[in-house]
Amino acid sequence: MVAASVKSSVKHVGQSLSRLEDRPLLTGRGRFAGDISFPQQLHMRVIRSNFAHGKLRAVDAHAARALPGVHAVWTAADVADIPPIDFRQCRVEGLEPYRQPLFASDRVRYVGEPVAAVFAEDSYLAEDAAELVALHIEELPAILSADDDPGTFSEGLSTEPAIVRKGYGDTKAAISNAHTIVEGTFSIGRHSGVPIETRGAIARYDVARDALELHGAAKLPHINRDQIARMLGRAASSVHLFESHVGGGFGIRGELYPEDVLVCAAAVRLQRPIKWIEDRREHLIAANHSRQQCHHVRAAVDRDGRILGLEDEIFFDQGAYVRTHAATVPDLTAAMLPGPYRIPAYRAAVHIRLTNKTPCGTYRAPGRFESTFARERLLDVIADKIGIDRVEIRRRNLIASKEMPYRRALDALGTEIVLDSGDYSGLLDKALSAIDWPQLQEKLALRRASGELVGLGIALFVEKSGLGPSDQVRVGIDSDGAVEVITGSASVGQGMETVIAQICADTLGVDYRRVRVIHGQTDRIEHGMGTFASRVTVMTGEATRVAASALKKKTIDAASELLQMPAAALDIVGGEVVCTGSTAGPSIGLGALARTLLNSSDSRGLVAEGWFRVDHMNYPYGVHISVARVDRDTGGVAVERYLVAYDVGKAVNPMLIEGQIAGGCAQGVGGALLEEFLYDDRGEPLSVTLADYLIPTIREIPTIDVMICEDAPSPLNPLGLKGAGEGGTTGVGAALAAAIDDALGEGGIVTELPITPQRLRRLIRRAAEGQNHTTKSELRDALVNKPENDTPNCRADRYSSRLAATSEITRQGH
Amino acid sequence: MSERTDVTLTINGKRYVIRVEPRRTLVDAIREECGQTGTHIGCEHGVCGACTVLVDGAPIRSCLMFAVQADGKDIRTVEGLATADELNTLQRAFMENHSLQCGFCTPGFLMLVTGFLEREPEFTDADLVDMLASNLCRCTGYQNIVKAVRAVAVEMRQHHPA
Repeated sequence: MVAASVKSSVKHVGQSLSRLEDRPLLTGRGRFAGDISFPQQLHMRVIRSNFAHGKLRAVDAHAARALPGVHAVWTAADVADIPPIDFRQCRVEGLEPYRQPLFASDRVRYVGEPVAAVFAEDSYLAEDAAELVALHIEELPAILSADDDPGTFSEGLSTEPAIVRKGYGDTKAAISNAHTIVEGTFSIGRHSGVPIETRGAIARYDVARDALELHGAAKLPHINRDQIARMLGRAASSVHLFESHVGGGFGIRGELYPEDVLVCAAAVRLQRPIKWIEDRREHLIAANHSRQQCHHVRAAVDRDGRILGLEDEIFFDQGAYVRTHAATVPDLTAAMLPGPYRIPAYRAAVHIRLTNKTPCGTYRAPGRFESTFARERLLDVIADKIGIDRVEIRRRNLIASKEMPYRRALDALGTEIVLDSGDYSGLLDKALSAIDWPQLQEKLALRRASGELVGLGIALFVEKSGLGPSDQVRVGIDSDGAVEVITGSASVGQGMETVIAQICADTLGVDYRRVRVIHGQTDRIEHGMGTFASRVTVMTGEATRVAASALKKKTIDAASELLQMPAAALDIVGGEVVCTGSTAGPSIGLGALARTLLNSSDSRGLVAEGWFRVDHMNYPYGVHISVARVDRDTGGVAVERYLVAYDVGKAVNPMLIEGQIAGGCAQGVGGALLEEFLYDDRGEPLSVTLADYLIPTIREIPTIDVMICEDAPSPLNPLGLKGAGEGGTTGVGAALAAAIDDALGEGGIVTELPITPQRLRRLIRRAAEGQNHTTKSELRDALVNKPENDTPNCRADRYSSRLAATSEITRQGH
Repeated sequence: MSERTDVTLTINGKRYVIRVEPRRTLVDAIREECGQTGTHIGCEHGVCGACTVLVDGAPIRSCLMFAVQADGKDIRTVEGLATADELNTLQRAFMENHSLQCGFCTPGFLMLVTGFLEREPEFTDADLVDMLASNLCRCTGYQNIVKAVRAVAVEMRQHHPA
């Protein structure tokens, strides 16, 4: 259902229009955090713990303070009145004591934890001074694995603060009625967004207005403003956040970190603007990590491969503290694991485990990249064990489109999961047809017969988008006829200005190039939810449509009076109010109309506001298909082909959606094959440069074929929109693992990400040895439960001891 | 902190006389002393390429060079590509092909490609991938960057056939 006002002469929605954002970025005139400076500013440099775990005995800043140009050195004592950083989402009982303070006071808990900060006249000097600060730390043993037995966080507090449980139905009955039980242990390595721009923040305090400003903000300006104000004991109206250009977010940037609060406190207390830009090593050890999970999953299956019940015990490595996301990632992991499949009975338990590593948060498709890997891997194992084709097994378990909307009986982020619309088997058919699956299988089989290790993999998933509860937009027309859309959203570079302008342009009747979209400025609009969870196109887009509709009506009413024409005979086309169906009638440009109204006493001008509210998220979905070639000698993987079929409900700008899918996919490839945060046995981070942490280059990423479908518009918003920010990433781990299994000729070989050359060579060797001595099914069973599938961070040999615990879970009530 | 020394940086044809420590990197000098913030810093260890500028026509990592080493050399940065308000061919191709999202890596890619196209206009696809593998992008997945460069090459060859 499309709003009646969306029928101006030039339609923008649905067109791949070039971006409004591009010109300043192409000409080197962007304003990223590093580009923002204020006169008299001091530079902040953070001194960080160099032990993973220890008692902080003393901080000796004597030599640093003595350096000319060093204005101050702060430690925990200097900010003792500022509380730890609180949660903003998914608060769960028991997590509060694990929040991160601005500085370590008596204990350091990860290499990279802020312990002190230098404020100096220039950035090089600040680094010189920081090196003179001596930390006296008494090393303690570090906990480095989420599935070792929990240890002690501090007096009376275990390193397992909570277990997130979700489920429905009777999994115990499913298991006893099953024809086959299939189990597996699947793990995802620690990795994260790692944008090319590192974090930064610049704070300035205006004494005269008692206004504290934070520049270089991102993602959640209003939410962060509120928390900063609370932490510093200020009125929220006296704190203003400003977002300019942001060099990629991916979930990592824009959460409230200690450094953000420190620059704000320092700006007020030292009465100088404070600038902080982290370097790459700092980013890799202090910005949110993500993804590290180990799944022990079990499916009860009937003789036709239909899943009767699914159980998953998950160990989630949260790192040293619980940051702003609280239990978000465990919550989403458990909630979204069933994916597009019926799963009549389900039980998941996510153990939140603290370790002495960098704290974790959300990263693109959080909980879904991980759970899709575990679930799709298990489906491939089920297919092999029962002897059913891997596509067919999925088909048999898919929820049918006639069952939509489908109530999942689970909640995610506090809202009930109701799959609003979806034709999962329809999209599967389209994807299989697009890649010509049967012919491709034949071709690859021929290549394998000639000795190549090449294979085909598929993964299906459901994504989530359009997180509410609400969004507010104000639209105004100025005396030049230019349109300004003020949103409470933010931009991380995805092109939201263009998308919002397109929706506004169609609704109002102007050219999108005449629309300026404001975001990330807390002093321009009262309410804002920011940009995350693929929400902006849906929520801000719809709020824009509502506001622009209201503005159009107001404009036509005002013009009607002025032109002495009935409102029903008027429309706005190309920025002019014109008579419909006649070329001879009077007309007036929007600018002229606005100018006229400025002089009238009873008008507020051409401005209107709009809100959009939702009670539920909506659910886009996708299919990933990959062709991968394995080098027998090196264990290297070449991704030869990659197809993403994705239903987005309604595509506002297909080119931008393709960009999101392709970029998300590249990150997925990185997480599947290359990227991992590694630690030595004392908790020393080993991935501290981009030569250690391998971000894919163009060589590693093939052209991603993106098929955008609009077969299942969302009934939850008039334009039918669903979000597209994350679906490129979700299925990559699963699809590549499946392709590699196919290449090696066995199911269930790849159980761990990233599939590094070293790991793959070990698996190839073992598979070759196995083939000499065992039957195919024996090998399969052995590989699934074999202790040697151990990794440092996921120990399958502990699974049997947890079987008892798993039965515990099935006995507990929902 | 050591003695500062006078350095003349010629950036996009304009001379900047600055006073810097020997350890001041070229990228910091370009951004701070010369106020040209279009060149970005992504890693400071020569991997990401966000800091790529042209020095005497060659794409180099300005994070791995000291300002004093660039004294007297011809430096070109992203700010010098467009003329007044007109984007150049490569910039237009990036816009038309959606070759940028957050834009942070973009100046580095633009200078890398500019230097490459000027020195090797008759490149093969293998050369192109080899060259583009020098720089990292986290947003686009690279395919639209390749499209843009291929489009520019086609246009270049049409105007200047070999």
